[in-house]
Amino acid sequence: MNGIRELTIVQVALAYVFVLVVLAIVRARGIRREKEILLASIRMTLQLVLVGYLLVYIFENPHPFVTVGIILLMEAFAVFTVFRKFKGKLSGGLKRVIALAICSGTLLCLLYFLLVVVRIAPWYDPQYFIPIAGMLVGNSMTGISLGVKSLLEGMTVRKASVEEALILGAEPREAVREIINSTFDAAIMPTINSMLGMGIVFLPGMMTGQILSGTLPTTAIAYQIAIMFGIFGSVSLCVILLLQLGYRTFFNKEQQLR
Amino acid sequence: MFRFDSVTFMDILRVPSLTIGGSRVTSLLGASGSGKTTLLRMLNKMVSPTAGEIFYHDRTLREIDSVFHRREVCMLSQTPVMFEGNVRDNLLAGLLFRKAPLPEDNVLSETLDRVHLNKPLSEPVDKLSGGEKQRLALGRVLLLDAPVYLLDEPSSSLDENTAVAVIEMIASCVREKGKTLVLVTHSAAVAEKYSDDIVEIRNKVAERRSV
Repeated sequence: MNGIRELTIVQVALAYVFVLVVLAIVRARGIRREKEILLASIRMTLQLVLVGYLLVYIFENPHPFVTVGIILLMEAFAVFTVFRKFKGKLSGGLKRVIALAICSGTLLCLLYFLLVVVRIAPWYDPQYFIPIAGMLVGNSMTGISLGVKSLLEGMTVRKASVEEALILGAEPREAVREIINSTFDAAIMPTINSMLGMGIVFLPGMMTGQILSGTLPTTAIAYQIAIMFGIFGSVSLCVILLLQLGYRTFFNKEQQLR
Repeated sequence: MFRFDSVTFMDILRVPSLTIGGSRVTSLLGASGSGKTTLLRMLNKMVSPTAGEIFYHDRTLREIDSVFHRREVCMLSQTPVMFEGNVRDNLLAGLLFRKAPLPEDNVLSETLDRVHLNKPLSEPVDKLSGGEKQRLALGRVLLLDAPVYLLDEPSSSLDENTAVAVIEMIASCVREKGKTLVLVTHSAAVAEKYSDDIVEIRNKVAERRSV
């Protein structure tokens, strides 16, 4: 296998042609989106350049505190992204559940994946820890967002059914069973669908990246299969924690709807 | 059976002192919006008083597990919600929530006869009218065979003849089996004909009045 072909600054700059073409088209058509396209392109470039240099520094100077610090930053970012998305709609109890579900679900799966499946050494090796944490936390954050959306909608739209079930003597867990089941589906289906389409509809990003950098496709596939199960496990665990703990926040200690 | 001691629910209802006797029919009278449903929901522990205590068999409701209590003190809402499925699914809903043994179809059909609902068990509930749903919901709670029933205007969506037949059936069923019934009604005539005791809510205060 050949190693990756390095890109010069000129070559990267040539990729900006795509942006210029789109800018020309939107301007000609009178679609007022030039500013957004330009801002997104420049921001993406700057963010990635900075991250690139930061990662080079971290990879050359690995330290457990740095790795752990970055993971915690990722977790905090994921938690606050979900809070921001549902601003004003989350109770204090549900916020605590979301934070707990994201952090414990992803960390548990991350540690199992890196220490038991991949078996990295040293345990804090940032070259593995950071990108894999990014994939698990990112996908789990999406799953939790879908789950919270579906849970909030379910508890609003089906409030009368939940109340009727309580009146008839149902435990709160039984009263919300249908909502919990449909929320689990809503949160987990995108991950299942992406597993179904993988290799046929699209080649996943991590595998493509590894192949481009000269890794044997069979090795890249082994990693991809493992990481997909890791993502599936992490998303599922986060959503299960969200649902098992989250529904309780809609009831008080007298088992009445809040 | 139930005793209210200086009970208040927000600024909606006050019950200074009230006793609801066991194995009796008590009617709850009051204008619409007077707090009748709130009082019933307090008895069923769907809401709790903001001040004061309600006792059930001399134990404060706060000490009693809510789910256990709702299974013993069974409530029918004024506009009951139907669950997805057919008549059979809805008749069995309460028993399924309680994980109780399920009766045969002939028992379910007899229950439909008692509530004057002439529909097959396989009929989808979204085809039923408001009054039919109300009778189906009544059948659903009667199947639970609870010692105490709290019925919130069980005949509000029924025509006059059916309403009389249904109320008579409920009253005789409750008396035969020595059960306790608290019946919310807006009709003083119904209250006087079928009740042992009447509680009336006036100006947000619930008090017993003579039958």
